[in-house]
Amino acid sequence: MSERERDDHSGVETTGHEWDGIKELDNPLPRWWLIVWYACIAAAIAYWVLFPAWPTLTGYTPGILGQSDRVNVANDMKALDAQRGAEGRMLEKASLDQIEKTPNLQAFAMAEGQAIFGNNCAPCHGQGGAGGKGYANLRDDVWLWGGGLTDIEQTVKYGIRSGHPLARMSMMPSFGRDGLLTPQQVNDLTEYVVFLSHRSAEPGAVARAAPVFSAQCAACHGPEGKGNPAVGAPNLTDGDWLYGSDRKSIHDQIWAARGGVMPAWVDRLTPAQIKAVTVYVHVNSGGSGPPSPAPAAP
Amino acid sequence: MTVLIDRIGGESTDAPPPGGGHGPGLYQKRKAIYPKLVHGPFRRLKWGLMGLMLAIYYGTPWIRWPRPAGAPDQAVLIDFAHGRFYFFMFDLWPDEVYFITGLLVLAALTLFLTTAWLGRLWCGYACPQTVWTDLFLYVERLFEGDRNARMRLARSAWGPTKILRKGGKHLVWLAIAAATGGAWIFYFEDAPTLFANVLAGEASVTAYFSFGLLTFTTYTLAGTLREQVCIYMCPWPRIQGAMVDRHSLQVTYRHDRGEPRGPHRKGDPWTGRGDCIDCHACVVACPMGIDIRHGAQLECINCALCIDACDEIMGKVGRPTGLIGYDSDEAVTRRSQGLKAVYRPIRLRTIFYGLALVAVCGIMTWGFLQRTPYQLHVARDRNPLFVRLSDGAIRNSYSVKLVNRSYQPRSFRVTFGGVPLLRLQAPGLSPDPTGVTVAVASGEQRSIRLLATVPADRLGQALTPAEVRATVDDPDAPLRALTARTMFVSDGAHP
Repeated sequence: MSERERDDHSGVETTGHEWDGIKELDNPLPRWWLIVWYACIAAAIAYWVLFPAWPTLTGYTPGILGQSDRVNVANDMKALDAQRGAEGRMLEKASLDQIEKTPNLQAFAMAEGQAIFGNNCAPCHGQGGAGGKGYANLRDDVWLWGGGLTDIEQTVKYGIRSGHPLARMSMMPSFGRDGLLTPQQVNDLTEYVVFLSHRSAEPGAVARAAPVFSAQCAACHGPEGKGNPAVGAPNLTDGDWLYGSDRKSIHDQIWAARGGVMPAWVDRLTPAQIKAVTVYVHVNSGGSGPPSPAPAAP
Repeated sequence: MTVLIDRIGGESTDAPPPGGGHGPGLYQKRKAIYPKLVHGPFRRLKWGLMGLMLAIYYGTPWIRWPRPAGAPDQAVLIDFAHGRFYFFMFDLWPDEVYFITGLLVLAALTLFLTTAWLGRLWCGYACPQTVWTDLFLYVERLFEGDRNARMRLARSAWGPTKILRKGGKHLVWLAIAAATGGAWIFYFEDAPTLFANVLAGEASVTAYFSFGLLTFTTYTLAGTLREQVCIYMCPWPRIQGAMVDRHSLQVTYRHDRGEPRGPHRKGDPWTGRGDCIDCHACVVACPMGIDIRHGAQLECINCALCIDACDEIMGKVGRPTGLIGYDSDEAVTRRSQGLKAVYRPIRLRTIFYGLALVAVCGIMTWGFLQRTPYQLHVARDRNPLFVRLSDGAIRNSYSVKLVNRSYQPRSFRVTFGGVPLLRLQAPGLSPDPTGVTVAVASGEQRSIRLLATVPADRLGQALTPAEVRATVDDPDAPLRALTARTMFVSDGAHP
């Protein structure tokens, strides 16, 4: 080993490194520091033995403690399911109305319902529940099959035209395509429906269609066209249209009727989950029942 | 600035370098330090401060502070399990951690300001490392005697006396360390309950682990590592170089008065020489093992024990005290040049630190005055942005979160303003014409859905500023009405 340069002032050897005339002293480390360093190395080796550490060609060294993040996550999920089950049982016992009116039950149902809605309902009704053409808006005050808690629960459970024996079922005839009415009558009825929804319509066509409406449509939609939730017949006098409000859309529906299908969830969701999503939808729609009185003018 | 970073010192240049001349060696053994006990005003001040700080540390968790409604009655408690920090009349929630941040900023600024004025005041008097090391040294002296006796004992062969003295010392050290680790955990759980549980072996693993860890660190840091902590582990000695300047008062050897130093025989004249008689009293008293006469240095914690040591000697040789004392570089330099010493406690950096301190104090006070145990948060639904009802009216939905952190159940009167309301709905609750009343239990938060409906023909714009207001039925609360600004969204068109 060649003789190294020694610093005159301190008597310590230099490392031989020099920057701008400043030389680095090669001071030894404190002994305790070195001991801590060796202890860290020993701890690292112990870690390799105890925990998963080294990759191999097909996997990794598992470590003798059997620690696995996958297993931990699975256990956590199981614990979470157990907890949800406990809270779910509270939902099972309570009535829909109780759930909605009890703060902590409502909070749990809203959280659980949001997750269920996002996973199961959002593909058709939209993430926020606002629906789209052919898919009902669940946030407004229009309900084809009723917007009360039990109405919604019934719809969620058995669906609409789902094939389930208890499903909500109704079928509007295709008056034009099936030759029940003449094309002229369908055109006149279109004008009549426009007239019902408080828009300007051709008076002649409206007059011609009035008896046809009474004969063919009033049975379901009511003599004044206000609809009937028992058979899912929409109110034709409001501003809400499932398949569009323009004349062509109305004409198309009378000519060749469409009826959407909603699946039955009774076999896919637990009763508690159905209750949760029912309360979630009901709360977000403002809740049916008598609306609160109008506030005093600000 | 005569800051000299010289750990080796003048005398050790003659000593053979570690490793016997063949390179520097892999490690350097700690050089044992045997500080000599000194007597004087600074030593007395430090005994007093040590007692005070140990009393604060050990005693605080046992102070009781009555709180209503099942809340813990411990004055200072960091309750991780329930997410609360209790400090006498204050109880902070996790989202108010900025008050603790503010407190830390205050502590840092105080440290900066005192350092700019008086050097490492914290290190010398208040740092736990200094206080506990001092306590451990006291115990060491009880068992092994003062400096010379300890050095003799260290050199002597192992025998019953040495085993007894050293063993006794370590036992008492361990007891103090255990008491220190034990006191630590009382800050995190109810002290009397935890004390009983720890003794009965029923406390949590975390409690025992923290107990053990703090016992271990106290024992090693104060017993065996001591000055190594300050020199190698602590970042503050490096940072403080930015805080002190030529005008900072630090523990200083007044070389203008002391040099040229040299031994002095009784009766010799004092003319033509300095007052320092090179007796090494300051060196043997130093717990850091340095020579203060080399000037300000990284290792010096400004504990002022060398001042007492030197003053005692000066008294004996009949010279005025204060050869070592709190002084500034500037003053010493000027005196050595025959000029009058100047002291400038008010200078740019102390003004700046002082102003920053006042500003942070002001912000903290303002924050505490604004603090209310009640909170209101409003989040407007963004999907859908709005809903058009069958009669053409527009409805917006809001999630309203009400927080009651008081010790009583409260009811919030929630109203919605800014738009001509047709209807206000809160499913699960019964709104009346002017708003909705929501009961929130003590220490709870409650989320409600608020649906506001506005007649179609009343809005000519897409975005209308709106406001949710919540009034708490608490007559004593300084801020009873909370408001949250939000928006009412529509398509902006008259139908």
